[in-house]
Amino acid sequence: MIEVEVKNINKHFGNFKASDNVSFAIERGKLIGLLGPSGSGKTTILRMIAGLETPDSGEIFIGGRKVNDLPPGERGIGFLFQSYALFKHMTVFDNIAFGLTVQKKSDSEIKSRVEELAELIGLKDFTSRYPLQLSGGQRQRVAFARALAPNPELLLLDEPFAAIDAKVRQELRGWLKQTIHKLGITAIFVTHDQDEAVEVADEIIITNRGRVEQSGAPIEIYQSPKTPFVAKFIGESVQVPDYTIFKGFDEYEPREGILRPEFLEIGATIDEMPQPMPVTTERGIVRGTYFRGSVIQVDVEIKEQLLKGFRGLEQVPLHEGDEAFVFIHKIYGFDGDKTQVIENAAKRKESVFI
Amino acid sequence: MAASFLFVMLIMPLILVAKEALSKGVDFYFAALTDEFALKALYLTIEATILAVALNTIFGLASAWLLTKFDFCGKTFLGSLIDLPFAISPVVAGLFFIMLFGRMSPLYPLLQEYNLAIVFAVPGIILATVFVTFPFITRELVPVMESQGRSEEEAAATMGANGWTIFRRVTLPNIKWALGYGIVLCSARALGEFGAVSVVSGHIRGKTNTLPLHIEILYNEYNFTAAFAVASVLVLLAIIILILRNLIENAGKASLQVSNLKAGVAND
Amino acid sequence: MFGKSDVIPGRRLTLGITLTFVSLFLFIPLAAFMLYASGMGFEKFFAAVTDWRNVHAYGVSFFCALTAGIINALFGLIIAWVLVRYDFRGKKIMDALIDLPFALPTAVAGIALTTLYAQNGLLGKIFYGIGIETVFSPIGITIALTFVGIPFVARSVQPVLKELDPQLEEAANLFGAGNWTIFSKIIFPELIEPLLTGFALAFARGIGEYGSVVFIAGNMPYETEIAPLMIMTKLEQFDYQSAAAIAIVMMCLSLAILLVIHGWQARQLKRIGGVVGA
Repeated sequence: MIEVEVKNINKHFGNFKASDNVSFAIERGKLIGLLGPSGSGKTTILRMIAGLETPDSGEIFIGGRKVNDLPPGERGIGFLFQSYALFKHMTVFDNIAFGLTVQKKSDSEIKSRVEELAELIGLKDFTSRYPLQLSGGQRQRVAFARALAPNPELLLLDEPFAAIDAKVRQELRGWLKQTIHKLGITAIFVTHDQDEAVEVADEIIITNRGRVEQSGAPIEIYQSPKTPFVAKFIGESVQVPDYTIFKGFDEYEPREGILRPEFLEIGATIDEMPQPMPVTTERGIVRGTYFRGSVIQVDVEIKEQLLKGFRGLEQVPLHEGDEAFVFIHKIYGFDGDKTQVIENAAKRKESVFI
Repeated sequence: MAASFLFVMLIMPLILVAKEALSKGVDFYFAALTDEFALKALYLTIEATILAVALNTIFGLASAWLLTKFDFCGKTFLGSLIDLPFAISPVVAGLFFIMLFGRMSPLYPLLQEYNLAIVFAVPGIILATVFVTFPFITRELVPVMESQGRSEEEAAATMGANGWTIFRRVTLPNIKWALGYGIVLCSARALGEFGAVSVVSGHIRGKTNTLPLHIEILYNEYNFTAAFAVASVLVLLAIIILILRNLIENAGKASLQVSNLKAGVAND
Repeated sequence: MFGKSDVIPGRRLTLGITLTFVSLFLFIPLAAFMLYASGMGFEKFFAAVTDWRNVHAYGVSFFCALTAGIINALFGLIIAWVLVRYDFRGKKIMDALIDLPFALPTAVAGIALTTLYAQNGLLGKIFYGIGIETVFSPIGITIALTFVGIPFVARSVQPVLKELDPQLEEAANLFGAGNWTIFSKIIFPELIEPLLTGFALAFARGIGEYGSVVFIAGNMPYETEIAPLMIMTKLEQFDYQSAAAIAIVMMCLSLAILLVIHGWQARQLKRIGGVVGA
């Protein structure tokens, strides 16, 4: 069952094209991440669904109903603003109750609904406080409860974690995902942080320059990026102008390619390499090592090209200037606006080992 | 040096007003205040002030809302236009209204026909007062509303609140101190306006004289003590206005500080 | 960009109210004035504008307002400095008193200053004793305009001075700069802009000021008549055309002052890329 459908949306701000023929559909009950760099048009899409912006052309459906001409208040949505936009002079209770009082619900109904939501967000004892008396994470949860209070069909969240410090952010991500699933509500959140999108969303829609580049489950996008942009944007990557210089890839057309750190196997000695060692193993010089918490990042230069890979903490440490063995499992090669996965020749031809 | 400058320039005139006003005794002082023409001038001053402030409050709220909540072309121009009365001498402003409604105006025969007196009458005084105080409230509200942004209002709109509800419950509590401040400044200027009102009033004693004009007449009649007695009333009003001004400013600051303080405590 | 696309309601209503007020109170009076002034013919206009008595009055207004503006720039700077940098008893009262000229009706200020500086007045005695005629002279007019203009400079310099980063001075101190160098090289440049804004506002106000001046000026032709008074005089003589002509000269004068300052500010802003405060 489709909850939200966006059809051929276009939107300009002056000369700037914020949405370029955007179309997608979202199933009911899914938590969707709209991911893209800043200026890619993701927030504009969210604001158009909410009715805070009007598209130049195209149609928007919520719950099967065309909403283009409906004001935001009648679209059945809840909106969480990036800055939360809590009403400063109202208590937590009054903030959460606002949407219900506008609908002229009875006092007892309002009271029970607000108490229920305050319980949900874990701020039951804070309902008489003012927003400025709360921490960033608490404010975000109040904004969340306020958006949920009138029972919207669809929850829209604009960069919900942007204003929160790193540690609290981690907790809130998990909490938000659980809570949204528990409520069974459809939700779309905007983010520029791929870790956040991958961790929180059921599905990701990647936007770039006003267009939708790719959509799908996080793992699917990670493993098979359809366009060069997605390949570069998702995951850590090093771009090489011509990947045919590397052993095992020399039989292809000379093209641009992308290498992820996890595509590289870096060994200090032959023993550390896959046995038997493939003939397409390269030798390189270590140019730098960086402690990255759970792994060590090693920058290796091969044929004047600096590549990036990871090694475990328990492995023999490498130092700047050391020689290292490098095996490249695969490369994302670009073919126009498509991406293809190219495997090392050694992996296809099982026979080619030393 | 600063203190002696302020003492000579600001405090001595105040002391002098009190001294001169009481120079012929308390009885004379109250007689001057309760004089028929003085009372009538007081009523007219209050009437003109209340009306001008009310009109400018409506205008100030509407124009500030328009200038901060919407984008349209000509916005900067409209903003400067509203400030225009600051650049125009009150006497010239009064002249505008004479030109518009006086004997040389094309409207004059029409006004005569319907027996409407505008200049040299109360409506003219109110018009001139509105003109000179035109920018006050808008100028106080616009920066505050600008810094508040639009997102609280947008949030209210996504929850289905209508314009009046948004204004009353979301915007007004955020701007109440600035609005109060603007109203106080506007009242001060309206109470004391002399040049513009002097031009349009026609100085008809007991009819179109405001308190400042009444002072001028008394003074020019060499009735100095009475002039200072009436002036002392305006001095008192001015002091009240200054006190109000400071109270509002402090209340606005305090509400900000208290919430910041609590915000600091609440960090978890 | 029409009403329908707005999220926040009220565009039409507020636009309607704003335009109604602007038309009723600004446009129509201004247009009536322009219409009238344009109907008088160039020769008459020129004759009224260049009438020697009028020209003298512009001169008095201009130079007295200029002098008062300069006095206020100096004292306004000192007052703002004292209020921001020092703590003392009665500071709050002093701070509040600065605004007295805004709150006190100008007519009251006018009669009070006149009595104070008259030959037998409290301060007048001192001035007349050393041979300075403070009343019915350009000096008296300047005193009145100084009174009216006190808040402008102090109030525009004060917030800027308050916001000034103390690290700037500390940094200069580390290089061994003396107090005077710190003030003239570090602090003063930051204050030029608000100082000029305040000065321009006080100057423009001084040119148009009427209430506080008429009493102390004495209004002697070719001596202490100011431009707004000339308008009043012409009106009393039912010489509306001359009044309009003088009004046009005054409007041009104050607009020119504000435009010069505005242009200067815009240039400064471009140079330092800051945000204008006033």
